[in-house]
Amino acid sequence: MALKPVALTLNGSERAAFTEDGENLLDFLRRRLGDLSPKFGCGQGACGACTVLLDGAPVLACLILAETAAGRRIETAAGLAGAALHPLQRAFVEGFAAQCGYCTPGMLMAAVALLRANPRPTREEVVAAIGGNLCRCTGYEPIIAAVLDAAGHMERRA
Amino acid sequence: MSVTVERAASVEEAAAAIARGAALLAGGTILMRRVNAGDPRLERLVRLEDPALRRIGSGSEGVSLGALVTMAEVAAAPETAFLAPVARAVGGPALRTMATVGGNLFARRTYGDLAVALLALGARIILARDGAREIGEFLRGRERAGLVLALEVPRPREARAFGFLKVARVRPAGTAVMTLAAHLPREGGRIRGARVTFGGMGPGPLRSPGAERALEGQALDAGTIGRAAAACVEGLEPLDDALASAWYRREVAPVHLRRLLEGML
Ligand SMILES: Cc1cc2nc3c(=O)[nH]c(=O)nc-3n(C[C@H](O)[C@H](O)[C@H](O)COP(=O)(O)OP(=O)(O)OC[C@H]3O[C@@H](n4cnc5c(N)ncnc54)[C@H](O)[C@@H]3O)c2cc1C
Ligand code: FES
Ligand code: FES
Repeated sequence: MALKPVALTLNGSERAAFTEDGENLLDFLRRRLGDLSPKFGCGQGACGACTVLLDGAPVLACLILAETAAGRRIETAAGLAGAALHPLQRAFVEGFAAQCGYCTPGMLMAAVALLRANPRPTREEVVAAIGGNLCRCTGYEPIIAAVLDAAGHMERRA
Repeated sequence: MSVTVERAASVEEAAAAIARGAALLAGGTILMRRVNAGDPRLERLVRLEDPALRRIGSGSEGVSLGALVTMAEVAAAPETAFLAPVARAVGGPALRTMATVGGNLFARRTYGDLAVALLALGARIILARDGAREIGEFLRGRERAGLVLALEVPRPREARAFGFLKVARVRPAGTAVMTLAAHLPREGGRIRGARVTFGGMGPGPLRSPGAERALEGQALDAGTIGRAAAACVEGLEPLDDALASAWYRREVAPVHLRRLLEGML
Protein backbone atom coordinates (compact mmCIF):
# COMPACT_ATOMS: atom_id res chain seq x y z
CA MET A 1 0.00 0.00 0.00
CA ALA A 2 1.24 3.45 -0.92
CA LEU A 3 2.56 5.64 1.86
CA LYS A 4 1.55 9.28 1.74
CA PRO A 5 3.59 12.10 3.29
CA VAL A 6 1.72 14.36 5.71
CA ALA A 7 3.21 17.60 7.02
CA LEU A 8 1.38 19.55 9.69
CA THR A 9 1.94 21.83 12.66
CA LEU A 10 1.75 20.07 16.01
CA ASN A 11 1.72 22.34 19.05
CA GLY A 12 3.59 25.00 17.10
CA SER A 13 6.26 22.71 15.57
CA GLU A 14 6.44 21.66 11.92
CA ARG A 15 6.18 17.87 11.82
CA ALA A 16 6.01 15.36 8.98
CA ALA A 17 5.59 11.60 8.65
CA PHE A 18 4.11 9.04 6.30
CA THR A 19 0.55 7.82 6.62
CA GLU A 20 -1.29 4.89 5.05
CA ASP A 21 -4.71 4.88 3.42
CA GLY A 22 -7.33 4.64 6.13
CA GLU A 23 -5.08 5.70 9.03
CA ASN A 24 -6.85 8.07 11.42
CA LEU A 25 -5.33 11.19 12.94
CA LEU A 26 -5.26 9.67 16.43
CA ASP A 27 -3.03 6.78 15.30
CA PHE A 28 -0.95 9.20 13.23
CA LEU A 29 -0.30 11.48 16.22
CA ARG A 30 0.42 8.61 18.61
CA ARG A 31 2.32 6.15 16.41
CA ARG A 32 4.01 8.32 13.80
CA LEU A 33 4.60 11.55 15.71
CA GLY A 34 4.93 10.11 19.22
CA ASP A 35 2.42 12.43 20.90
CA LEU A 36 0.71 10.07 23.34
CA SER A 37 -1.48 12.71 24.98
CA PRO A 38 -4.62 12.09 22.89
CA LYS A 39 -6.11 8.78 24.04
CA PHE A 40 -7.87 5.91 22.28
CA GLY A 41 -11.14 5.06 23.99
CA CYS A 42 -13.54 3.77 21.36
CA GLY A 43 -12.50 4.61 17.79
CA GLN A 44 -16.16 5.47 17.14
CA GLY A 45 -16.53 9.10 18.16
CA ALA A 46 -18.40 8.18 21.31
CA CYS A 47 -15.98 8.95 24.17
CA GLY A 48 -14.05 12.13 23.33
CA ALA A 49 -10.75 10.82 24.78
CA CYS A 50 -9.08 11.62 21.43
CA THR A 51 -10.26 15.26 21.30
CA VAL A 52 -7.65 17.60 19.78
CA LEU A 53 -7.90 21.04 18.20
CA LEU A 54 -7.69 21.29 14.40
CA ASP A 55 -7.13 24.88 13.25
CA GLY A 56 -8.45 25.90 16.68
CA ALA A 57 -11.68 23.88 16.65
CA PRO A 58 -12.25 20.72 18.69
CA VAL A 59 -12.39 17.48 16.67
CA LEU A 60 -12.38 13.75 17.36
CA ALA A 61 -9.00 12.58 16.08
CA CYS A 62 -10.18 8.97 15.73
CA LEU A 63 -12.74 10.01 13.10
CA ILE A 64 -10.39 12.14 10.98
CA LEU A 65 -8.46 10.62 8.14
CA ALA A 66 -4.83 11.58 8.88
CA GLU A 67 -4.13 12.72 5.32
CA THR A 68 -6.91 15.34 5.52
CA ALA A 69 -4.96 17.10 8.31
CA ALA A 70 -2.03 17.89 5.98
CA GLY A 71 -1.02 21.55 6.19
CA ARG A 72 -3.24 22.18 9.18
CA ARG A 73 -2.61 23.21 12.78
CA ILE A 74 -3.06 20.58 15.52
CA GLU A 75 -3.03 21.28 19.24
CA THR A 76 -2.99 18.56 21.88
CA ALA A 77 -2.79 18.43 25.67
CA ALA A 78 0.97 17.79 25.37
CA GLY A 79 1.37 21.39 24.18
CA LEU A 80 -0.63 23.10 26.93
CA ALA A 81 1.99 23.58 29.64
CA GLY A 82 4.82 26.07 29.24
CA ALA A 83 7.23 26.62 32.14
CA ALA A 84 4.18 26.23 34.38
CA LEU A 85 1.00 24.22 34.01
CA HIS A 86 -1.80 25.75 31.95
CA PRO A 87 -4.46 27.29 34.25
CA LEU A 88 -6.88 24.52 33.24
CA GLN A 89 -4.34 21.83 34.14
CA ARG A 90 -3.69 23.49 37.49
CA ALA A 91 -7.40 23.74 38.22
CA PHE A 92 -7.83 20.05 37.32
CA VAL A 93 -5.02 19.07 39.73
CA GLU A 94 -6.23 21.29 42.55
CA GLY A 95 -9.88 20.30 42.12
CA PHE A 96 -9.25 16.50 41.83
CA ALA A 97 -10.85 16.64 38.38
CA ALA A 98 -8.66 13.74 37.20
CA GLN A 99 -8.89 10.34 38.87
CA CYS A 100 -7.60 7.67 36.47
CA GLY A 101 -6.84 10.56 34.09
CA TYR A 102 -7.75 8.76 30.88
CA CYS A 103 -10.41 11.27 29.85
CA THR A 104 -8.34 14.25 31.00
CA PRO A 105 -6.46 15.21 27.80
CA GLY A 106 -9.72 15.21 25.84
CA MET A 107 -11.55 17.13 28.56
CA LEU A 108 -8.74 19.70 28.65
CA MET A 109 -8.83 20.27 24.89
CA ALA A 110 -12.63 20.58 24.88
CA ALA A 111 -12.30 23.11 27.72
CA VAL A 112 -9.49 25.04 25.97
CA ALA A 113 -11.74 25.44 22.93
CA LEU A 114 -14.57 26.66 25.13
CA LEU A 115 -12.55 29.22 27.09
CA ARG A 116 -10.94 30.68 23.98
CA ALA A 117 -14.35 31.33 22.45
CA ASN A 118 -16.09 32.18 25.69
CA PRO A 119 -13.81 33.23 28.58
CA ARG A 120 -16.69 33.52 31.06
CA PRO A 121 -18.89 30.46 30.47
CA THR A 122 -21.91 29.58 32.55
CA ARG A 123 -22.19 26.14 34.12
CA GLU A 124 -24.58 25.11 31.32
CA GLU A 125 -22.08 26.21 28.69
CA VAL A 126 -19.36 24.13 30.35
CA VAL A 127 -21.68 21.10 30.41
CA ALA A 128 -22.44 21.59 26.70
CA ALA A 129 -18.74 22.01 25.86
CA ILE A 130 -17.76 18.66 27.44
CA GLY A 131 -21.00 16.97 26.31
CA GLY A 132 -19.11 14.70 23.90
CA ASN A 133 -16.51 13.62 26.49
CA LEU A 134 -17.14 10.65 28.75
CA CYS A 135 -15.61 10.25 32.21
CA ARG A 136 -16.08 6.98 34.06
CA CYS A 137 -14.50 8.16 37.34
CA THR A 138 -15.36 11.63 38.54
CA GLY A 139 -19.09 11.99 37.98
CA TYR A 140 -18.25 15.18 36.04
CA GLU A 141 -18.88 17.64 38.90
CA PRO A 142 -15.17 18.21 39.74
CA ILE A 143 -14.42 18.66 36.02
CA ILE A 144 -17.17 21.26 35.60
CA ALA A 145 -15.98 23.04 38.74
CA ALA A 146 -12.35 23.00 37.56
CA VAL A 147 -13.24 24.55 34.19
CA LEU A 148 -15.23 27.31 35.92
CA ASP A 149 -12.39 27.80 38.38
CA ALA A 150 -9.79 28.09 35.58
CA ALA A 151 -12.01 30.57 33.74
CA GLY A 152 -12.07 32.73 36.85
CA HIS A 153 -8.27 32.59 37.26
CA MET A 154 -7.58 33.29 33.60
CA GLU A 155 -9.88 36.26 33.65
CA ARG A 156 -8.36 37.75 36.76
CA ARG A 157 -4.93 37.55 35.15
CA ALA A 158 -6.02 39.05 31.84
CA MET B 1 -6.33 -1.76 6.39
CA SER B 2 -8.23 -2.64 3.26
CA VAL B 3 -9.56 0.74 2.24
CA THR B 4 -8.05 2.93 -0.48
CA VAL B 5 -8.47 6.71 -0.54
CA GLU B 6 -8.54 8.75 -3.71
CA ARG B 7 -8.75 12.49 -4.13
CA ALA B 8 -11.17 13.91 -6.67
CA ALA B 9 -10.10 17.08 -8.46
CA SER B 10 -13.65 18.03 -9.40
CA VAL B 11 -17.31 17.36 -8.66
CA GLU B 12 -17.46 15.32 -11.89
CA GLU B 13 -14.58 13.11 -10.79
CA ALA B 14 -16.14 12.55 -7.38
CA ALA B 15 -19.52 11.74 -8.91
CA ALA B 16 -17.88 9.26 -11.26
CA ALA B 17 -16.01 7.59 -8.38
CA ILE B 18 -19.27 7.26 -6.43
CA ALA B 19 -20.96 5.77 -9.50
CA ARG B 20 -18.18 3.15 -9.50
CA GLY B 21 -18.89 2.27 -5.85
CA ALA B 22 -16.67 4.63 -3.82
CA ALA B 23 -18.09 6.36 -0.75
CA LEU B 24 -17.68 10.12 -0.43
CA LEU B 25 -15.76 10.98 2.74
CA ALA B 26 -17.59 14.06 4.03
CA GLY B 27 -17.19 14.72 7.78
CA GLY B 28 -16.32 11.05 8.27
CA THR B 29 -18.24 10.75 11.54
CA ILE B 30 -20.17 7.75 10.24
CA LEU B 31 -17.69 6.37 7.70
CA MET B 32 -14.54 6.48 9.83
CA ARG B 33 -15.84 4.11 12.47
CA ARG B 34 -16.23 1.54 9.68
CA VAL B 35 -12.73 2.34 8.44
CA ASN B 36 -11.38 1.96 11.98
CA ALA B 37 -13.16 -1.36 12.36
CA GLY B 38 -11.69 -2.59 9.06
CA ASP B 39 -15.13 -3.15 7.48
CA PRO B 40 -14.33 -5.24 4.39
CA ARG B 41 -17.38 -3.88 2.51
CA LEU B 42 -15.82 -0.43 2.53
CA GLU B 43 -13.17 -0.60 -0.17
CA ARG B 44 -12.89 2.89 -1.62
CA LEU B 45 -13.22 6.38 -0.21
CA VAL B 46 -13.18 9.53 -2.28
CA ARG B 47 -12.24 12.98 -0.95
CA LEU B 48 -13.51 16.19 -2.50
CA GLU B 49 -12.31 19.61 -1.41
CA ASP B 50 -14.45 21.93 -3.50
CA PRO B 51 -15.01 25.28 -1.71
CA ALA B 52 -18.40 25.61 -3.45
CA LEU B 53 -19.65 22.68 -1.38
CA ARG B 54 -18.70 24.52 1.82
CA ARG B 55 -20.71 27.64 1.05
CA ILE B 56 -23.82 28.97 2.79
CA GLY B 57 -25.91 31.13 0.47
CA SER B 58 -28.93 33.16 1.46
CA GLY B 59 -31.84 34.45 -0.62
CA SER B 60 -35.25 35.94 0.06
CA GLU B 61 -36.99 32.54 0.26
CA GLY B 62 -34.38 30.50 2.07
CA VAL B 63 -30.82 29.30 2.40
CA SER B 64 -28.64 27.08 0.27
CA LEU B 65 -26.24 24.86 2.18
CA GLY B 66 -23.33 23.25 0.37
CA ALA B 67 -23.29 19.55 1.20
CA LEU B 68 -19.97 19.84 3.07
CA VAL B 69 -21.15 22.66 5.37
CA THR B 70 -20.73 21.49 8.97
CA MET B 71 -23.18 21.51 11.88
CA ALA B 72 -20.88 23.97 13.71
CA GLU B 73 -21.13 26.35 10.73
CA VAL B 74 -24.94 26.05 10.61
CA ALA B 75 -25.09 26.71 14.37
CA ALA B 76 -22.96 29.86 14.02
CA ALA B 77 -24.02 31.51 10.74
CA PRO B 78 -26.57 34.36 11.00
CA GLU B 79 -28.27 33.20 7.76
CA THR B 80 -29.11 29.83 9.29
CA ALA B 81 -30.28 31.07 12.70
CA PHE B 82 -33.61 29.22 12.27
CA LEU B 83 -31.69 25.93 11.97
CA ALA B 84 -29.21 26.62 14.80
CA PRO B 85 -31.22 24.73 17.47
CA VAL B 86 -31.29 21.70 15.15
CA ALA B 87 -27.55 21.82 14.40
CA ARG B 88 -26.74 22.23 18.09
CA ALA B 89 -28.77 19.08 18.87
CA VAL B 90 -26.33 16.94 16.86
CA GLY B 91 -23.68 15.33 19.10
CA GLY B 92 -21.13 17.38 21.08
CA PRO B 93 -19.02 20.34 19.91
CA ALA B 94 -16.16 18.24 18.45
CA LEU B 95 -18.60 16.11 16.46
CA ARG B 96 -20.29 19.26 15.14
CA THR B 97 -16.96 20.63 13.85
CA MET B 98 -16.83 17.58 11.59
CA ALA B 99 -20.38 16.36 10.84
CA THR B 100 -21.74 17.71 7.53
CA VAL B 101 -25.28 18.53 6.48
CA GLY B 102 -24.96 16.29 3.42
CA GLY B 103 -23.80 13.34 5.52
CA ASN B 104 -26.81 13.77 7.82
CA LEU B 105 -29.11 12.89 4.91
CA PHE B 106 -27.48 9.45 4.81
CA ALA B 107 -27.40 8.80 8.57
CA ARG B 108 -29.19 5.67 9.74
CA ARG B 109 -31.75 5.81 12.50
CA THR B 110 -31.90 7.14 15.02
CA TYR B 111 -29.38 9.65 13.70
CA GLY B 112 -30.47 12.12 11.06
CA ASP B 113 -31.80 14.92 13.29
CA LEU B 114 -31.21 17.59 10.66
CA ALA B 115 -32.84 15.44 7.98
CA VAL B 116 -36.01 15.25 10.12
CA ALA B 117 -36.11 19.06 10.34
CA LEU B 118 -35.42 19.49 6.63
CA LEU B 119 -38.19 17.03 5.76
CA ALA B 120 -40.63 19.22 7.73
CA LEU B 121 -39.38 22.35 5.96
CA GLY B 122 -39.68 20.72 2.52
CA ALA B 123 -36.03 21.16 1.54
CA ARG B 124 -34.81 20.41 -1.98
CA ILE B 125 -31.74 18.27 -2.46
CA ILE B 126 -29.47 19.21 -5.37
CA LEU B 127 -27.77 16.20 -6.96
CA ALA B 128 -24.74 16.09 -9.22
CA ARG B 129 -26.41 13.57 -11.52
CA ASP B 130 -29.97 14.66 -12.15
CA GLY B 131 -31.01 18.00 -10.73
CA ALA B 132 -33.18 18.59 -7.71
CA ARG B 133 -35.37 16.28 -5.62
CA GLU B 134 -37.92 16.98 -2.93
CA ILE B 135 -36.31 15.67 0.25
CA GLY B 136 -38.96 13.02 0.94
CA GLU B 137 -38.45 11.54 -2.50
CA PHE B 138 -34.68 11.82 -2.05
CA LEU B 139 -34.76 9.95 1.28
CA ARG B 140 -36.74 7.07 -0.22
CA GLY B 141 -34.03 6.47 -2.83
CA ARG B 142 -30.96 7.82 -1.09
CA GLU B 143 -28.82 4.70 -1.62
CA ARG B 144 -28.83 5.32 -5.36
CA ALA B 145 -28.83 9.15 -5.35
CA GLY B 146 -25.10 9.61 -5.98
CA LEU B 147 -23.31 12.82 -5.03
CA VAL B 148 -25.32 15.48 -3.18
CA LEU B 149 -24.11 19.01 -3.96
CA ALA B 150 -26.39 21.24 -1.89
CA LEU B 151 -29.48 21.45 0.28
CA GLU B 152 -31.96 24.25 -0.41
CA VAL B 153 -33.97 25.03 2.67
CA PRO B 154 -37.02 27.34 2.67
CA ARG B 155 -36.94 29.80 5.56
CA PRO B 156 -40.08 29.72 7.75
CA ARG B 157 -42.03 32.97 7.34
CA GLU B 158 -42.28 33.47 11.09
CA ALA B 159 -40.35 31.89 13.94
CA ARG B 160 -43.36 30.11 15.46
CA ALA B 161 -44.11 28.35 12.16
CA PHE B 162 -41.21 25.95 12.73
CA GLY B 163 -40.63 23.71 15.74
CA PHE B 164 -38.05 21.03 16.51
CA LEU B 165 -37.64 18.62 19.41
CA LYS B 166 -35.05 15.94 20.01
CA VAL B 167 -35.92 13.43 22.71
CA ALA B 168 -32.82 11.85 24.25
CA ARG B 169 -32.15 10.12 27.54
CA VAL B 170 -28.52 11.20 27.82
CA ARG B 171 -27.97 14.94 27.81
CA PRO B 172 -26.56 17.06 26.37
CA ALA B 173 -25.18 14.87 23.55
CA GLY B 174 -27.20 11.64 23.54
CA THR B 175 -28.66 9.80 20.60
CA ALA B 176 -32.36 10.48 19.96
CA VAL B 177 -35.06 8.08 21.11
CA MET B 178 -37.08 10.09 18.64
CA THR B 179 -36.86 13.44 16.87
CA LEU B 180 -39.83 15.60 15.90
CA ALA B 181 -40.23 18.62 13.67
CA ALA B 182 -43.21 20.61 12.48
CA HIS B 183 -43.70 23.32 9.88
CA LEU B 184 -47.08 25.02 10.28
CA PRO B 185 -47.40 28.08 8.02
CA ARG B 186 -50.52 30.08 8.90
CA GLU B 187 -52.74 32.19 6.68
CA GLY B 188 -55.44 34.19 8.40
CA GLY B 189 -55.04 32.09 11.51
CA ARG B 190 -55.46 28.77 9.62
CA ILE B 191 -52.69 26.25 9.02
CA ARG B 192 -51.91 25.84 5.29
CA GLY B 193 -49.40 23.18 4.22
CA ALA B 194 -48.84 21.43 7.56
CA ARG B 195 -45.82 19.16 7.69
CA VAL B 196 -45.05 17.04 10.74
CA THR B 197 -42.05 14.69 10.73
CA PHE B 198 -40.51 12.06 12.96
CA GLY B 199 -37.15 10.37 13.24
CA GLY B 200 -36.97 7.11 15.16
CA MET B 201 -40.54 6.16 14.20
CA GLY B 202 -39.61 4.11 11.15
CA PRO B 203 -36.58 3.12 9.12
CA GLY B 204 -35.69 6.78 8.41
CA PRO B 205 -37.19 10.27 8.73
CA LEU B 206 -40.94 10.10 7.95
CA ARG B 207 -43.90 12.46 7.68
CA SER B 208 -46.86 11.81 9.93
CA PRO B 209 -49.94 11.76 7.68
CA GLY B 210 -52.28 11.47 10.69
CA ALA B 211 -50.96 14.57 12.43
CA GLU B 212 -50.82 16.56 9.21
CA ARG B 213 -54.46 15.74 8.39
CA ALA B 214 -55.58 16.81 11.87
CA LEU B 215 -53.74 20.14 11.57
CA GLU B 216 -54.45 21.13 7.96
CA GLY B 217 -56.90 24.04 7.60
CA GLN B 218 -57.38 24.34 11.36
CA ALA B 219 -56.46 27.03 13.88
CA LEU B 220 -53.72 25.81 16.22
CA ASP B 221 -55.46 25.46 19.59
CA ALA B 222 -55.73 22.90 22.36
CA GLY B 223 -58.39 20.89 20.55
CA THR B 224 -56.43 20.70 17.27
CA ILE B 225 -53.25 19.79 19.13
CA GLY B 226 -55.07 16.99 20.95
CA ARG B 227 -56.41 15.56 17.67
CA ALA B 228 -52.99 15.81 15.97
CA ALA B 229 -51.31 14.04 18.90
CA ALA B 230 -53.94 11.29 18.95
CA ALA B 231 -53.47 10.61 15.22
CA CYS B 232 -49.70 11.05 14.93
CA VAL B 233 -48.53 7.42 15.06
CA GLU B 234 -50.99 6.32 12.38
CA GLY B 235 -49.06 4.71 9.55
CA LEU B 236 -45.71 4.91 11.35
CA GLU B 237 -43.82 1.77 12.32
CA PRO B 238 -41.34 2.37 15.10
CA LEU B 239 -38.77 -0.35 15.66
CA ASP B 240 -37.26 -1.91 18.75
CA ASP B 241 -33.66 -0.99 19.39
CA ALA B 242 -31.23 -0.54 22.26
CA LEU B 243 -32.63 2.91 23.07
CA ALA B 244 -36.34 2.06 23.33
CA SER B 245 -38.96 -0.48 22.33
CA ALA B 246 -41.43 0.13 19.53
CA TRP B 247 -44.22 -0.04 22.12
CA TYR B 248 -42.61 2.73 24.20
CA ARG B 249 -42.08 4.94 21.17
CA ARG B 250 -45.73 4.54 20.12
CA GLU B 251 -46.88 5.42 23.65
CA VAL B 252 -44.74 8.56 24.08
CA ALA B 253 -44.81 10.02 20.54
CA PRO B 254 -48.21 11.75 21.10
CA VAL B 255 -46.96 13.30 24.35
CA HIS B 256 -43.87 14.73 22.69
CA LEU B 257 -45.83 16.01 19.69
CA ARG B 258 -48.28 17.75 22.01
CA ARG B 259 -45.36 19.47 23.82
CA LEU B 260 -43.80 20.52 20.52
CA LEU B 261 -47.05 21.98 19.17
CA GLU B 262 -47.87 23.77 22.42
CA GLY B 263 -44.57 25.62 21.98
CA MET B 264 -45.73 26.83 18.54
CA LEU B 265 -49.03 28.45 19.61
C1 LIG C 1 -20.71 10.07 18.78
C2 LIG C 1 -21.65 10.40 17.65
C3 LIG C 1 -22.79 11.12 17.93
C4 LIG C 1 -23.68 11.45 16.91
N1 LIG C 1 -24.78 12.17 17.23
C5 LIG C 1 -25.65 12.48 16.25
C6 LIG C 1 -26.82 13.22 16.56
O1 LIG C 1 -27.06 13.60 17.70
N2 LIG C 1 -27.69 13.50 15.55
C7 LIG C 1 -27.46 13.09 14.27
O2 LIG C 1 -28.27 13.39 13.39
N3 LIG C 1 -26.37 12.40 13.95
C8 LIG C 1 -25.46 12.08 14.91
N4 LIG C 1 -24.35 11.35 14.58
C9 LIG C 1 -24.20 10.83 13.21
C10 LIG C 1 -23.38 11.73 12.26
O3 LIG C 1 -22.34 12.36 12.95
C11 LIG C 1 -24.20 12.82 11.59
O4 LIG C 1 -25.39 12.28 11.08
C12 LIG C 1 -23.43 13.56 10.47
O5 LIG C 1 -24.18 14.64 9.98
C13 LIG C 1 -22.99 12.66 9.34
O6 LIG C 1 -22.24 13.45 8.41
P1 LIG C 1 -20.72 13.15 8.00
O7 LIG C 1 -20.34 14.26 7.11
O8 LIG C 1 -19.86 12.93 9.17
O9 LIG C 1 -20.90 11.78 7.22
P2 LIG C 1 -19.82 10.77 6.61
O10 LIG C 1 -19.42 9.79 7.64
O11 LIG C 1 -18.71 11.52 5.91
O12 LIG C 1 -20.73 10.07 5.51
C14 LIG C 1 -21.84 9.29 5.85
C15 LIG C 1 -22.42 8.63 4.59
O13 LIG C 1 -23.02 9.59 3.74
C16 LIG C 1 -22.37 9.61 2.48
N5 LIG C 1 -22.27 11.01 2.07
C17 LIG C 1 -21.88 12.05 2.86
N6 LIG C 1 -21.98 13.21 2.19
C18 LIG C 1 -22.43 12.91 0.96
C19 LIG C 1 -22.72 13.69 -0.21
N7 LIG C 1 -22.57 15.03 -0.23
N8 LIG C 1 -23.16 13.04 -1.31
C20 LIG C 1 -23.33 11.69 -1.32
N9 LIG C 1 -23.06 10.91 -0.25
C21 LIG C 1 -22.61 11.51 0.87
C22 LIG C 1 -21.02 8.98 2.72
O14 LIG C 1 -20.48 8.43 1.55
C23 LIG C 1 -21.36 7.94 3.76
O15 LIG C 1 -21.90 6.81 3.18
C24 LIG C 1 -23.43 11.02 15.59
C25 LIG C 1 -22.26 10.29 15.30
C26 LIG C 1 -21.38 9.98 16.31
C27 LIG C 1 -20.14 9.21 16.00
S1 FES D 1 -11.44 7.34 20.70
FE1 FES D 1 -12.16 9.00 19.53
S2 FES D 1 -14.07 9.41 20.46
FE2 FES D 1 -13.44 7.62 21.52
S1 FES E 1 -10.82 10.47 35.35
FE1 FES E 1 -11.04 8.40 34.78
S2 FES E 1 -12.26 8.57 33.01
FE2 FES E 1 -12.27 10.57 33.73
